[in-house]
Amino acid sequence: MFAFLIRRIIQAILVMLIISFIGFSLKRSFGDPVRDLVGVSVSKEERDKLSEKLGLNDPAMVQYARFLKNALHGDVGQSFFYKKPALDVILSKAPATLELVFVSSLFIILLSVPAGVYAAIHPKRKLARLIMGVSTLGVSVPVFFTAIMMIYIFSVELHWMPSFGRGTLVTVFGGWKTGLLTSDGWLHLIMPAIALSSIMLPLFIRLIQAEMMEVLESEYVKFAFAKGLKRVRIFMLHAFKNTLLPVITVGGVQLGTMIAFTILTETVFNWQGMGAMFVEAVERGDTSLLVAYLVVVGVIFIIVNTLVDIVYGLVNPMIRVAGRK
Amino acid sequence: MWRKFLDSHLFYSFRRDWVAIASFIVLSVLVLTALFAPLIAPHNPYDPSGVDLMEAETPPVWMEGGTTKFLLGTDAQGRGILSTMIYGMRTSLMIGMGAVFLQAFLGIFIGLVSGYFGGKLDGFLMRLADVQLSFSTLLVAIFAGAIFQTAFGVAKYEQMAVPLLICIIGLAEWPQIARTVRASVLAEKKKEYVEAARVIGLPSARIMLRHILPNTLSPVLVIATVQVANAVMSEAALSFLGFGMPVTRPSLGSLIKSGFEFIFSGSWWITIFPGVLLVVLILVINLLGDFMRDVLNPRLYKGK
Repeated sequence: MFAFLIRRIIQAILVMLIISFIGFSLKRSFGDPVRDLVGVSVSKEERDKLSEKLGLNDPAMVQYARFLKNALHGDVGQSFFYKKPALDVILSKAPATLELVFVSSLFIILLSVPAGVYAAIHPKRKLARLIMGVSTLGVSVPVFFTAIMMIYIFSVELHWMPSFGRGTLVTVFGGWKTGLLTSDGWLHLIMPAIALSSIMLPLFIRLIQAEMMEVLESEYVKFAFAKGLKRVRIFMLHAFKNTLLPVITVGGVQLGTMIAFTILTETVFNWQGMGAMFVEAVERGDTSLLVAYLVVVGVIFIIVNTLVDIVYGLVNPMIRVAGRK
Repeated sequence: MWRKFLDSHLFYSFRRDWVAIASFIVLSVLVLTALFAPLIAPHNPYDPSGVDLMEAETPPVWMEGGTTKFLLGTDAQGRGILSTMIYGMRTSLMIGMGAVFLQAFLGIFIGLVSGYFGGKLDGFLMRLADVQLSFSTLLVAIFAGAIFQTAFGVAKYEQMAVPLLICIIGLAEWPQIARTVRASVLAEKKKEYVEAARVIGLPSARIMLRHILPNTLSPVLVIATVQVANAVMSEAALSFLGFGMPVTRPSLGSLIKSGFEFIFSGSWWITIFPGVLLVVLILVINLLGDFMRDVLNPRLYKGK
């Protein structure tokens, strides 16, 4: 287990180095830190002085080392547009994205488990067929189109729902601006959250249903039926527990897709989170902010994925033994 | 060959599955329409002389103010939605197929080499595939699109959009095919015919391409089908974010993007029709993919 852990962590560090290197080369080739700091209306001599002072004339590797060192201290550069450190900008946008992801994850977990399990237990019933049919349709509708359809139906035609923004926000401890404590905030949150879960939810229903069907075919479940155990007990304790393992792995992998979907959803709903900020940063040519987003997402991602892998290794010994060789 | 296909298990199941038949018919119609777009589309949306700004935002024919000249209405520049949709689907399909060819080529090559030779190379390539897959193909594609756009600048990016998008999506999605091919190669490698081929001293390249490869193709076919849908969807997402096809040469994604702001003023048809076409296109490909997976994947036989 220890060797597995070490290997996993080394891999995580390697991936992080690669991401940081991509970020660094991007910034070095296309970013202009002098412009980021002082703007465009400063004389050439002063710019040269500043770029010498910032060490922009040093060899690339020295600059990369400095970039890494700064990144470890939480300094990933200055945003040109916001005139603030890029990390501060990202942190100020993070609550919006996190709340959105949190609520739509709740939707996904609370709905996909009962729907998937039901469809697996009674595959021939009408409701089960309806669930699976809708899920097949669901994975084929792009997230941004779901969002647009909802805006058109509920905001433009029916005027029930607001179509953009986060609504009324209240500041709770430490400057976290939340929309979860006001009814207006919730009203603004519902459509983006549904849109964000609109591909993930059917995906998980299909996954849970398929895995559960397969487990129900296995010998030990048949044996449990033969023993005359209660049906609910077999479904929940014997079958569903073993369905969860593959679902957890896939769930970990889906984090990246989820981040991609937040970018799309936030763009449609003009939701002031990290995803919309990223698209704006690309449009404005704000390279530092773009690189900062890349690095921050990379870090979140690698931490979560490494944790999922380690937890999976703990739960399922086959993985760590097979990996050892 | 034809006879063999008609007698095959695949075709037998196909005849008994009305969903598969319906999807196949719809997909064929869509692909043919895209292929013969210049003959079928009522107008040429790329031709500036045929566009009249006075006709902008005409509603579809069954609504008040609609004309039979534009069956599904016009967009903000006065181009007929039906024509832009047909041309847009052509672009979307072209990029989707191109990306799948690229990833199939890469994936089959890497999967074959990785599975056949094994060892350090295999370890490295599969780690790479793992890491890239864990980032999710869509996220990798979005990041790559953003990076290329920053690197080339918007104007140049738009000029090279088609080959760039094919590369971005193809490179983002190769690991799935590589993994599948590798898994089947590992299973085939142990079989006796490969042993025999090796004993008579055939070169590795020949064994890989002529002996092993044909036996690994049916799972590749299943995955490649679903991947076309994924590639079309990724392309639409990239275009919607503005990292894809420009509005002057729209794909379905950029049509949806350019029409989005007009739903607030009531011109819903500019964005909804291309969106519905995109959904239908992805849906029928996914349904065919599901059908093929159920038929060709023996692991699922028992469940049915």
